[in-house]
Amino acid sequence: MTPPQDIQRSPQPNGRGNDPCATFIGRARTLFDDKALDHVKAWKAAHPGALAIGHMPIYTPRPLLEALGCLPVAVFGGGEEVDIIRGDSYFQSYICHIPRSTIELALSGTYDVLDGMVFPSICDVIRNLSGMWKMLFPDRYAAYLDLPQNFNSSIGGRFYLHELRRIANDLTARGALPLDDDRLCRALADENRRRRAIARLDALRRTDPWRCPASEAYLLVRAGAGLLAAEHAELLEGFVEAAPRRSGRPLDNVRVVLAGSFCEQPPLDLIVALEKAGCDIVDDDFQLGLRTIEGDINEEAPDPLAALAQAFLDQGRATASRYIDKDEKGRALIDQVQAAQADGVVFAAASFCDPALLDQPMLETALAKAGVPFTSFKFAENNGQFQTIREQAGAFSDSVKLWGAAH
Amino acid sequence: MAEAPGKTAPAAAKDDSQKRQKDMIGAHFAKLARAKENGQKVVYTFVPGNLTELITALDLLPVLPEINALQSGMRKKSAVYIAEAEKAGHSEDVCTYVKCDIGMLKSGNIGPTGERLPEPDLLLLSYTGCFTFLKWFELLQQEYHCPVVMLHVPYQPDGVVTPAMRQYIVDQLENEVVPALEKLAGKKLDRDYLAEKLKLSAQAEDDLVWVWESARHKPSPIDGYFAGVYYIGPIFSAFRGSQDAVDYYRLLRSEVQARIDAGKGPTTPDGDLDDQAVRLVVEGPPNWTSFNDFWHMFSKEKAVIVASTYTRVGGLYDLGFRHDAADPLGTLADYCLGCYTNLGLPSRIELLAKYVRDYSADGFFINSVKSCNSFSAGQLLMLREVEKKTGVPGGFIESDLVDPRYFGKANIENRVQSYLQMLHARRDRSLSQIPARTTAGVQGVLS
Ligand code: SF4
Ligand code: SF4
Repeated sequence: MTPPQDIQRSPQPNGRGNDPCATFIGRARTLFDDKALDHVKAWKAAHPGALAIGHMPIYTPRPLLEALGCLPVAVFGGGEEVDIIRGDSYFQSYICHIPRSTIELALSGTYDVLDGMVFPSICDVIRNLSGMWKMLFPDRYAAYLDLPQNFNSSIGGRFYLHELRRIANDLTARGALPLDDDRLCRALADENRRRRAIARLDALRRTDPWRCPASEAYLLVRAGAGLLAAEHAELLEGFVEAAPRRSGRPLDNVRVVLAGSFCEQPPLDLIVALEKAGCDIVDDDFQLGLRTIEGDINEEAPDPLAALAQAFLDQGRATASRYIDKDEKGRALIDQVQAAQADGVVFAAASFCDPALLDQPMLETALAKAGVPFTSFKFAENNGQFQTIREQAGAFSDSVKLWGAAH
Repeated sequence: MAEAPGKTAPAAAKDDSQKRQKDMIGAHFAKLARAKENGQKVVYTFVPGNLTELITALDLLPVLPEINALQSGMRKKSAVYIAEAEKAGHSEDVCTYVKCDIGMLKSGNIGPTGERLPEPDLLLLSYTGCFTFLKWFELLQQEYHCPVVMLHVPYQPDGVVTPAMRQYIVDQLENEVVPALEKLAGKKLDRDYLAEKLKLSAQAEDDLVWVWESARHKPSPIDGYFAGVYYIGPIFSAFRGSQDAVDYYRLLRSEVQARIDAGKGPTTPDGDLDDQAVRLVVEGPPNWTSFNDFWHMFSKEKAVIVASTYTRVGGLYDLGFRHDAADPLGTLADYCLGCYTNLGLPSRIELLAKYVRDYSADGFFINSVKSCNSFSAGQLLMLREVEKKTGVPGGFIESDLVDPRYFGKANIENRVQSYLQMLHARRDRSLSQIPARTTAGVQGVLS
């Protein structure tokens, strides 16, 4: 499969040569293309005896895995590249695409390098996939991680701590390091560093979107799927520091927030197509897991595991998979639009994605009330044709420019 | 047996227990229709993990939107309701129960008895076994602007209930759910009264299990799926923990006993099914919009359903669970944890295989419902695994709960018929000569 042409051909946004960010984008691109997980194999070779643990979207507490000496590897299905041969015989046509490509890759041996998988409780498909995994790969570790929907620390927090300890104990029994406060504090510090680097990248996208188009930001964040937090932070920091030296000029694009792609990922070409249609995607929920916790986790707490759990309860971002108990539904998206000074919202949900598609009407209602224009379409990770979406996004962008509203 | 196209199957004749159930449900909906004028508060909640004893112990009235949706399907109203919801921006890809409910609400909220349903005073979100429940009540909250109280029930991925899971539920009940219900009711929960109700629940559960297990007889005196959905009506809805439910299940049991004594099978759209050629276990919810047609596809081929997993969504009582009056909140936690769709796939496979063996079934059949990821994701693997474990062939079709666009009658009938004919042939010939894989199995589905 050829990588998206636009990202390959133009070393700088707007076609500039001699890009000071080329090394960082190149590294991110290599990691993105590494569907065989060669970099995970290399990491394991360099860390004999250490475990690599895969996890599905949206959120898995990666610092816990790092503290156990494991490499967390976010699994996002097969994207455009994987031909589905066996995966379709496990899922009916009306189920989203990511579980079938994940099964396809697992059956073809791509995930043999992973010593275990964590399936967080984000929807019934991922939930049932965890059971399928246990049936299909009985010798491999598969954990279902029940994220609490009760955000009271003495109730949901207590339960979540049990979940975290259970997974830690299971992994230690399989060769991971035992849970240790110092190591966990260091892992939290690394995670905080990564989060700050992502926040700087996000800020750059907002102020100078032409210096950091969404398609590049996507690759840079996605690069963290199979890197330790410190290494990922280094990559992001390198990019953010080099980016101001990029030449180029602002484009007359509309600024949009993209919502709905938190699990199954759209093809990279689709993101490029949206950019070409005149949309600067200044915020998004792609690969939301790395952004689920908002702000720093308390890395100096006497009980770092409790701090990790508390961060999920108090600082967990509003997603379609999280019960919104106190706030108004859609408030978080409107805040995001305002913070990004966006002109509108593009809903891009995977076909048959229950959480995203059930959420969408509520978010649309909130946006309509707040006077924020929006448009929506569905995709599958292996879509190859974007003409209709591009035309729709182009029409949306034109109407927002002309009238400031499109719905 | 060929059928004239478009012909609709007649409904099965009604027993006394069914008439009794109809009266009970009618009386409940009449109460609901007068709830506001009588100052009674109304709690909307879901069937799996329902806390009926707790709700009714505080004199609150439960409404179960899933039951309204299935009733709308049976009354042929669901297509219009779904269209209404889709017009309002709900995706064609999501659960049709939700859309049917939203469409009903937007069309005046007229319930199954033709009377208007009251708006909820509280949404009790028992998040058990299905992610969509969470979204469903978030959606209703936007429509009704009433308070919501969440009860998050952890999933059983390994078929094991840990003390932490149970404690999590009890903590939520004690600290959040009970206080919210008490606040609504304007009074404290009388725990002795709750315990009394739980005792009644256990009595009804004993009789229900007896009825389910009567299908081990040959001929089976019941149909454990199509008639089974009627049997579970009272206990899965507003009546668990009531004397009405105890009386209903006692009556049902006596009717089933009479059929066993007379060597009779269940009443079906094709009359009494005494001569049963095939015994089946069924996985997945039924289709409600063409319920009788669907049943008829089996009964006309003399196939009786001896057990089904759908009838266990509101409680797996046949695995031994009974509500325990000695530990009211703990027993409610156990109940919520044990509902069928809260079990991991390996446990569901084990259960199906157990039913095939315990009920001496000739085959098992999966109705895979487009709407429902909770049930459907993973069913193709279940099909293979249950075949492997039991050596009996599985059949597989796809349809929907309440969206008639996804009930392709001719196609489904062909698949059911070829599957059943294969089972007939398998029975007639030497079993060893016919492999387990069927034309109606995986290949059939994917072609
Ligand atoms: S795309 Fe949506 S439905 Fe599919 S696995 Fe992801 S969250 Fe679940
Ligand atoms: S997804 Fe399935 S279990 Fe959930 S509400 Fe819909 S029909 Fe019921």
